[in-house]
Amino acid sequence: MTAALRDMAGRKEVSRAARMGRGVAWALLVLLMIVTLFPFYWALRTALTTNPDLFAPGGAEGLLPPDPTDVNFKRVLGRATDAEIQEGSGRENSASFDYLLGLKNSVIIATVIAIGQVFFSALAAYALARLKFKGREAVFFMFIAGMMLPPIFILIPNLLLMRDMPTWLFGDANSGWLNTYQGAIAPFFLMTPFAVFFLRQFFLSINRSLEEAALIDGANHFRIFRSVILPIASPQLVTMGVLAYVTAWNEFFWPFVVAKDPEVAPLTVTLNAFSVQQPGTQPDWSGLMSGTLLAALPVILIFAAFGRRIVDSIQFSGIK
Amino acid sequence: MTAISNRPAVGGSKLNLYGGWKVAFWFLLPALIGFVVFYLVPSIRGIYLSFTDTNLLSGRGEVIGTENYSELLQDDLFWNAIKVTAWYVLINIVSQTIIAVLIAVMMDRLTKSAFIRGVVLLPWLIPNVVVALLFVWLLDPNLGYVADVFGWFGIDSDFFTSTTAVIPTIAGVNTWRHMGYTALLIFAGLQTIPGSLYEAAALDGATEMQMLTRITIPLLRPVLALVLVVTVIGSFQVFDTVQVATGGFGGRPGGPVNASRVIYIYIYEKAFVQSQLGYASAMSVMLLVVLMGITYFQLKILRAGESDLSS
Repeated sequence: MTAALRDMAGRKEVSRAARMGRGVAWALLVLLMIVTLFPFYWALRTALTTNPDLFAPGGAEGLLPPDPTDVNFKRVLGRATDAEIQEGSGRENSASFDYLLGLKNSVIIATVIAIGQVFFSALAAYALARLKFKGREAVFFMFIAGMMLPPIFILIPNLLLMRDMPTWLFGDANSGWLNTYQGAIAPFFLMTPFAVFFLRQFFLSINRSLEEAALIDGANHFRIFRSVILPIASPQLVTMGVLAYVTAWNEFFWPFVVAKDPEVAPLTVTLNAFSVQQPGTQPDWSGLMSGTLLAALPVILIFAAFGRRIVDSIQFSGIK
Repeated sequence: MTAISNRPAVGGSKLNLYGGWKVAFWFLLPALIGFVVFYLVPSIRGIYLSFTDTNLLSGRGEVIGTENYSELLQDDLFWNAIKVTAWYVLINIVSQTIIAVLIAVMMDRLTKSAFIRGVVLLPWLIPNVVVALLFVWLLDPNLGYVADVFGWFGIDSDFFTSTTAVIPTIAGVNTWRHMGYTALLIFAGLQTIPGSLYEAAALDGATEMQMLTRITIPLLRPVLALVLVVTVIGSFQVFDTVQVATGGFGGRPGGPVNASRVIYIYIYEKAFVQSQLGYASAMSVMLLVVLMGITYFQLKILRAGESDLSS
């Protein structure tokens, strides 16, 4: 091992200090992994323990759950009997959290946003990366400037816009698009400055020769976009879609303001409402941690499937 | 590319190859509608609202000139919010940047493992609301596992419930969430530093520490500058973590007292609890101006556009 290190470094001798330094660095890296992953493990350990067990002496110590149970997951999935609810929460009337309803809302909102945002932003990105027209730089600069706007600066006017959506646009006469899916989706559906910027950078790096061949063959730009650019750029479009999906999934502020009604509210909002209902003393940590873990689960699954791509895309955006 | 445009035009003028407005318009139309409706017009309307006394509930308001702004300058809670936010940004950015540089350098020197990079990024993908709840539990004064660990070192076990600890705690939580993401951005910057520099330094007997301070940090400056601009802007806009961590379990968002009432929380409260949209808009405009100023100075001071490599 040491011999190999020496050869690799091409030095006569790896000093003791350098080897120790590497050891310390590896130890720090392992510590970093533990610091990153432990909170999730601890949430799982808590979710597998009933709340009365947790508050019993020593119930929140030790790395393993004292008496593992699935009753808390059953509770947030709405599959628990009254007896199980009481067993898990330790109360007769505990605040409840409807995971499946929130999940449905989150999936609808994030899916529609991701599809619309990527498609329409890709159209715009194609024009900005590939077409030449007067004012192209101005349009691009305008989009970039939009990236700098603090969301809260445009949130208040956007909320008024949602409230005033007329009935011919399917708005409610009193509340417009408040507490509707379209209200939660609208501001992110047609574009975000980041998506346009990100995809434009990708399109700029695609070799032009294929498109040019198609153009000379008489294809128009819409056909080129559909049958040349979309297939070539599909990995990047998927990456952007994943980023848009996760961002929409994690969004809290906008739905917190426009879509609080549990019928349409995404998981972030209903999970927060669940924690607000908790008392200051002896809150239902078991129920909360089951809900918290399940709310993060879809993102963790997406991450397991696309992690490599997400990492690469962030490094890409770091260099650009 | 140039070869094509030099060719004799095929089936019409050269313009057709690159579209022109007639083609570009249709490609841009949906995104332009989105931008105009949800970014441009709201920006103008936001500035307009800041000069009115618009009320959320009545929906009406009249132009009152700069009254909101003059009131704002005398509002102790506004200055408190600025102070609290600045304190948060300072702690968050300093800790996050230092840790991220260390992680990035360690990854660069020790391992190219995609798995490790993935794990490091994970917290950034988790919803703020989830992260906040995880840490409220881990740092719970009675049963929190991490609070116990801090207790061994004699660190007080009040985190979210103490007026002095709440901001450093929230800054720490967001450092946990963002350090991996920031590290990856910096890691990407590290890949642009030629390896030959390190080899030469190693031959001259330089230590890892010397390489870090003499080669890595100076050559990383342009990337670091851009990362700082992005993270500082993001840090100023902290909301979710504060709202969830201080607003649940019988607490009040921004509490205890006003200790964590960052600017976003105060704007939210003015707009949606007290219904004073005009006043809240004036604060948003101030925030925008402050952020623009900070970004401008950062880019100036850090000379983001220039690299030390060429000089």
